Amino acid sequence: MTETLVQEPGTEPVGPSRPAGEPLLVVEDLTKHFPVRSGMFGKTGLVRAVDGVSFSVRAGETLGLVGESGCGKTTTGRMLVRLLDSTSGKITFEGKDITHAKGGGLRQLRQDMQIIFQDPYASLNPRHTVGRIVAMPLQVNGINPPGGVKKRVQELLELVGLNPEHYNRYPHEFSGGQRQRIGVARALALRPKIIVADEPVSALDVSIQAQVINLLRELQRELDLAFVFIAHDLAVVRHFCQRIGVMYLGKMVEIGDRETIYERPAHPYTRALLSAVPDVTKMGASGRIRLEGDVPTPLNPPSGCRFRTRCWKAQEVCASEEPPLTVKSNGTVAACHFPEDGAIK
Amino acid sequence: MRKTDSTPELPATTTDGMGGTVALEVNSPVDAPVGEKAKAFVGRSPGQLAWLRLKRDRTAKVSAITLLVLVVIALLSPVIEKLRGIAPTQPFTDKLNDYAMPLGYAGGMNGTHWLGLEPGNGRDILMQLVYGMRTSLLIAFAAAIVASAIGVLIGIVAGYARGWLDTAINWVIDLTLAFPFLIFALAIIPIVEDNFYGERDAIPASFRVILIIATFALFSWTYTARLVRGQVIALREREFVEAARAAGANTGHILFRQLLPNIWAPILVTLSLNVPAFITTEAALAFVNIGVIEPTPDLGRMIFNSIQYVASDPWYTLWPGLTIFILVLAFNLLGDSLRDALDPKSTR
Repeated sequence: MTETLVQEPGTEPVGPSRPAGEPLLVVEDLTKHFPVRSGMFGKTGLVRAVDGVSFSVRAGETLGLVGESGCGKTTTGRMLVRLLDSTSGKITFEGKDITHAKGGGLRQLRQDMQIIFQDPYASLNPRHTVGRIVAMPLQVNGINPPGGVKKRVQELLELVGLNPEHYNRYPHEFSGGQRQRIGVARALALRPKIIVADEPVSALDVSIQAQVINLLRELQRELDLAFVFIAHDLAVVRHFCQRIGVMYLGKMVEIGDRETIYERPAHPYTRALLSAVPDVTKMGASGRIRLEGDVPTPLNPPSGCRFRTRCWKAQEVCASEEPPLTVKSNGTVAACHFPEDGAIK
Repeated sequence: MRKTDSTPELPATTTDGMGGTVALEVNSPVDAPVGEKAKAFVGRSPGQLAWLRLKRDRTAKVSAITLLVLVVIALLSPVIEKLRGIAPTQPFTDKLNDYAMPLGYAGGMNGTHWLGLEPGNGRDILMQLVYGMRTSLLIAFAAAIVASAIGVLIGIVAGYARGWLDTAINWVIDLTLAFPFLIFALAIIPIVEDNFYGERDAIPASFRVILIIATFALFSWTYTARLVRGQVIALREREFVEAARAAGANTGHILFRQLLPNIWAPILVTLSLNVPAFITTEAALAFVNIGVIEPTPDLGRMIFNSIQYVASDPWYTLWPGLTIFILVLAFNLLGDSLRDALDPKSTR
């Protein structure tokens, strides 16, 4: 399954500066199960937050992860940067298995892989100055850059479009957009190769969203960063990501390059998701696919295809057999027994 | 989404007409004085903002000044003794009448003995009061600081460790809270003293003071520990802590650099509210005869002694009572103001 993903067709570089070659990050069959129990001796259950997700990211590439809330995208992101330990599966970074990296290996890894958080109001320590916040990754890793920590921090602040003179200010003195820039500067402090951006703009104003997204784009071009961009806003993802993975209930249902996903998706869920994006050019609700019911609980996911309970194409085989991720006729990799074909209306 | 602009947000400064730099989009605190504009680039920490708010609070000002005066008086009690030439334990029996009541009006108040004399043994009430305040404040402050230190340490450990350690600590806290304090103190203080001193030995006053401090600390760390544990649990899931972990920070850095600066405020507030509570409890101990021993002056024991004279000489009861009242009120008001200043969003 992984082989098909790595050699996925139609994902040749479309971005400006993308060195071809080995993927930077390979994720294979990653799972995260959270045990839940009611009371001290109550029944135990298992939330299958992420259940067998595989994908790969090349250097300098952006992969978008989209899906409804609760589909496991954030959990996946946290496992990538090792804030959560995976239940099973394998994460390979630059050819090394990092799934269970510890001590020095983990420390080295954390310098190459950073995370940007969703809430700019919670992600900055209110009692620290901006300078201290941005310098924190350097200090905890004992790095003394040439010219001193302060100079490096001011360079970083400038890089993200903040006034380096604001070194001594506190987070409460900044707006949401500026705070998110501080978060970006902190993530860049260690010169990472890949950044996991966990809904970096969801908490921001629409006008500020555009600024932050453009900043991330410029940084990506300048510093040749790879991104795993987690979002639920499909418009933002389309603007920012070269490849997109669609998740549903802990599973990857479709993954492919941006144009194909947005124009000719194979999975019914992707179509339903895209039809929910408001579009001023198409008035009315003609193309809207309305899904019935709620997302099933990850405590007890449906058998076979997890989307079958809400899918208008579901048949018996969907309940008995889990569809594998295979290359579909449109060029994406999707998990569906009855893939859609042709462009979106 | 269209690309709305290609330039990132302006580097957020421009020069204003007055030759200073002005930051754009900076939420300067509402209470910033206008004169602060010139040095706009020096950010104010949340602590500095709290200090600004506290300084504008008139209740805080009055109670802080009251406390400062009382604390200075208590600390300078040996100097006052020298200046007045009256020792706190000096008996002026010649100024008592045949019924051992002070001569003169209003409990024997006059130019020499400003607050009068104690009936019975004829000691100067002012000197007793000044030294008694010193004893009370020493016990209250020492107990509050020890209790907070224990509470912070145990609370941080419980909040961060979770699991069985947290459960065990919580169990101990519940157990400690379930003990009736006064009854337990009544039991523990004589037992411990019996352990160290025989029946015939005189128990040194300092030993009793230390014992009282230890008993207070032993029973009061639980509140701080609960509070700190809750704060740590709330903060440890915050994203700035995760960011530190993602950058490779160790537990020590997370606990003491990231978390502790954020829980100073509630710790300070409980500390300031613990002090008056200890002052009153310490006074109450005198009533069950486990307070500070004679001849060390003590406010609580003064009230206890004065009760038998309350009908004939109410002034003797008034002075220590008033002193405790002012001390406790001022501490409580200051503690409340401190909480308002540190956490302006909290409502009373």
